[in-house]
Amino acid sequence: MLLLLLILMPVLGSIVAALMPANARNREAWLAGGIAFTGLLITAYLYPQISLGDLGEGGIVRYQLDWMPQYGLNFVLRMDGLAWLFSMLILGIGVLVVIYARYYMSPNDPVPRFFSFLLAFMASMLGVVLSGNLIQLVVFWELTSLTSFLLIGYWHHRADARRGARMAFTVTATGGLCLLVGVLMLGHIVGSYSLDVVLVSGDIIRAHPWYLPTLVLVALGALTKSAQFPFHFWLPHAMAAPTPVSAFLHSATMVKAGIFLLMRLWPSLSGTPEWTWIIGGAGLCTLLIGAFTAIFQHDLKGLLAYSTISHLGLITLLLGIGTPLAMVAAIFHTLNHATFKASLFMSAGIIDHESGTRDMRKLRGLYKVLPYTATLAIVASAAMAGVPLLNGFLSKEMFFAEALAVGSARNWSMSAAAVLMGIFSVAYSLRFIYVFFGPLATDLPKQPHEPPRWMRFPVELLVLGCLVVGVIPGLSVGPFLNTAVTSVLGEQTPYYSLAVWHGFNLPLLMSAMALVGGVLFYIWLRTRYGLIQSSRVPFLHHFNGKQAYESTMLRISSIAAVLEKLLSTRRIQPQLLLMIVLLLVVPLLIVRPVSLLTFSSGGEFSPLFAGLWAIGAICALAAAWQAKYHRLAALSLVGGVGIVVSITFLWLSAPDLALTQLMVETVTTVLILLGLRWLPARKTPKELNIRATRLSWLRRSRDMVVAIIAGLCMTIVSYAVLVRSAPMGGISEFFMARALTEGGGSNVVNVLLVDFRNFDTLGEVAVLAIVALTVYALLRRFRPAPESVPIPAQQTNSVDPAAGQTPTQQVERGYLMVPSVYLRLLLPIMVVIAAYFFIRGHNLPGGGFVAGLTFAVAIIVQYMLAGTSWVESHLRLQPHRWIAFGIITACATGLGAWWFGHPFLTTHTAHITLPVLGEIHLPSAFIFDLGVFGVVVGSTILILVALAHQSVRSHRLPISNATIPTVGKEAN
Amino acid sequence: MEAVIAIAIGIMFGAGVWLILRPRTFQVITGLLLISYAVNLFIFIMGRISINQAPLTLGGGEIDPALYADPLPQALVLTAIVIGFATTALYLVVMIGARGLTGTDHVDGKEMDK
Repeated sequence: MLLLLLILMPVLGSIVAALMPANARNREAWLAGGIAFTGLLITAYLYPQISLGDLGEGGIVRYQLDWMPQYGLNFVLRMDGLAWLFSMLILGIGVLVVIYARYYMSPNDPVPRFFSFLLAFMASMLGVVLSGNLIQLVVFWELTSLTSFLLIGYWHHRADARRGARMAFTVTATGGLCLLVGVLMLGHIVGSYSLDVVLVSGDIIRAHPWYLPTLVLVALGALTKSAQFPFHFWLPHAMAAPTPVSAFLHSATMVKAGIFLLMRLWPSLSGTPEWTWIIGGAGLCTLLIGAFTAIFQHDLKGLLAYSTISHLGLITLLLGIGTPLAMVAAIFHTLNHATFKASLFMSAGIIDHESGTRDMRKLRGLYKVLPYTATLAIVASAAMAGVPLLNGFLSKEMFFAEALAVGSARNWSMSAAAVLMGIFSVAYSLRFIYVFFGPLATDLPKQPHEPPRWMRFPVELLVLGCLVVGVIPGLSVGPFLNTAVTSVLGEQTPYYSLAVWHGFNLPLLMSAMALVGGVLFYIWLRTRYGLIQSSRVPFLHHFNGKQAYESTMLRISSIAAVLEKLLSTRRIQPQLLLMIVLLLVVPLLIVRPVSLLTFSSGGEFSPLFAGLWAIGAICALAAAWQAKYHRLAALSLVGGVGIVVSITFLWLSAPDLALTQLMVETVTTVLILLGLRWLPARKTPKELNIRATRLSWLRRSRDMVVAIIAGLCMTIVSYAVLVRSAPMGGISEFFMARALTEGGGSNVVNVLLVDFRNFDTLGEVAVLAIVALTVYALLRRFRPAPESVPIPAQQTNSVDPAAGQTPTQQVERGYLMVPSVYLRLLLPIMVVIAAYFFIRGHNLPGGGFVAGLTFAVAIIVQYMLAGTSWVESHLRLQPHRWIAFGIITACATGLGAWWFGHPFLTTHTAHITLPVLGEIHLPSAFIFDLGVFGVVVGSTILILVALAHQSVRSHRLPISNATIPTVGKEAN
Repeated sequence: MEAVIAIAIGIMFGAGVWLILRPRTFQVITGLLLISYAVNLFIFIMGRISINQAPLTLGGGEIDPALYADPLPQALVLTAIVIGFATTALYLVVMIGARGLTGTDHVDGKEMDK
């Protein structure tokens, strides 16, 4: 539980921080610092449980939330010694960075964003180290990439910050994707994603044929994150971030995530030559390149960035060596590096903050004005250089010892590389502290003076840490280090001693050589080489990772552009063609069509039915033929097809379908008729006197072939289905048997809709309502094409007496008088029919859908006849309310079942005895059907009326024709 | 009977496919209507053909499913018909809206040769 709190606190804090006002620097800092400090206390409190076992096995604190247990995917938090150490590091440095940032950030910077990102980053980093599940680890891993992107790009008005952030994100997130694949393979090999299982299955993993690819992918993830060669180039560019961010990301957290991963998976993956070559090789290259390049930087933070790369390389190399003692040295150096590098970044930030520049060519003699900061920075860089009595010395000596051990007597190259790296690191440390000596520079942008007390405090604390660990290592970090090492190595934990003085031995000699050599090298560089003037790194400036990255990015985007041009189109016709062709080809590839076809002579043949479909087929083909130039004719023909389909349903024992189809047919036809008015007039080629080109003939022939093949395929499949007998024992029998006894209705289709599968129906009416509202909303902003706006020529014919009349006049005195009498008479009859269909729906053909559509048609017919204005002045229709009423009724029926302790939408049949009518079955499905009825009525009317209103509106727009009265809700 | 329905479905589907590959929005909406008829009928015949066997269990008592038409495809198709109406309405509004905005009734919102 405490573990969950550890991650949840910064997440919640991040949200709270984001909502704070922009100038609340103190409150923000208190919040962030408080959260980090509380986390630190919680972690410290957990230590006794972690370090429980005195012998061998350390304790592990776990927290598990089941997510998909059947797939072995759970949210698992797991804290062992290693995770504990990293959590302490993240939270401890986190607290100090927050204090520092409070004073570093300028009042003009939007701090809520800063602290919000920082806390989010902290949460994802803690997630990485505490994950007990590999997939979960990768998720948090990518979250650190994302949040660090936001942090690095914090000053997003600066181009270098944007570019640096993008580069860091591209490299680390790509690595993260590799890691995901690697982890999936790892999970497949082991059969579980649980870290506990993976850690004990090292032998299975190493023996598996997938070992090498898995290792490479995991290594890619770790090496990109930890800025190892050849991916090291992103780290210097990430220095565009505010200094507190650099101090946090590049000392204790972000780049250490890669190191952490290698340590975490060390028991499962290490111990093979491949591991040593890949990890150790990358580490060695990085170590030397980073250290060498750091010497030639002119930017304080640039120097620190390359030295970070070099130290990360050192740790990676130690992990690559793979002996237990190397592991001890790696963990120890991780700790030490975090301490001195964080303090150095902060010192560099103070210098930048106070003097206004980070250019080492300008900075001189700062000791005179910043004595405290200078002292602290000098001690910290001495730790970085590996001066005795400081923590850097201890872990570096361990490294030298390991380098000696791995090369043994045969091979001195590793030891030579180690000493070389030592010399370089002494040289760049000297370069760093050189800014404090000499006469005070006069051309600085700002006059430097000591920073506020609390801005220096984090540096002081960290430097104190360097000293304490350096002088009494065994007492200060000894036990914690031991816990962490034991949690990784288990029984393999070697004997090691953390003493400052081991007597005269080879590592000590190497340390001395590195120190003396470094000083001499630096003096030589300054006096003979002209370090200050050199504008590029000797030997290595050809290997420009940034250039390679930029050109790769450029090539990827140009390839993408070419591919898009080749493979995709914005035109809908080719897309539809492709879809149809795939629809035909893919099933053909899957099934064997030849065996599908068997002819049966059985089955009666009805000439009447065949004649009916002769009409239907002619209608369909004619509609296809006429749809371009004679829309009205095509629409009528489609309506004809619809009626034939409706009759077919009736013929084939589906009265409900026949009714619904008939009503929908009516409504659809009216709907499209209303829309036709807004389409442009289309003249035939003969009228325009043009001929279709050969290309368009070719296109038409191709589409014709596709259409014929599609039709044939449908025919064959339909026929193949029909000549086979229906499978027995389907779900339909269940519905047939239970409809009357349990659903309380003899119309099985209706019982299916409103009882057995009423959740589906609820969803469907919701869709209907949403579509109606969407149509309404779209039409509110409808702008017709200019040539469709005036009254159509047919209506302005001067010979026709009806042209001069308003719709109302036409109905009352004009040619519509006779139909109007009939249709107004029909209105109550149609309403009664709707009610009749509705009431009998549960037992006989009918129901909410049919009744609703019938009712809607009754209303629409009035509109067609008398015009919008007349109907709306006589009838108060509020389709929105019908929809609302319907949805609420349907949902309330469903929720009512909860009231009685049944699942959502359970139907209950009440038996009521009324005095005159006798006993009546009243299922709650009936009320549900009422809801369906309401939605269908409301939606249909809303759609049609919204369309009809467009005509009224547009007549009004250009010509204020007095003959057309303006009525309607769309009066805006 | 089987052959007639199979051919009918094929003709409607073929005509619909031809229409949705055309460049004018009205042709496409007509094609969609025809395809929806064909598909509705196709789903419907998954319950096979039965004449004078409407799924109305008026008699009560023990029910022999073999004597009734399959109610399940019917219920599905009923839903499909209503949803088909809704999508037609939506398509129609998009169609006339696009015509108003782009000044053409071409499916891509611009004439091909221009």
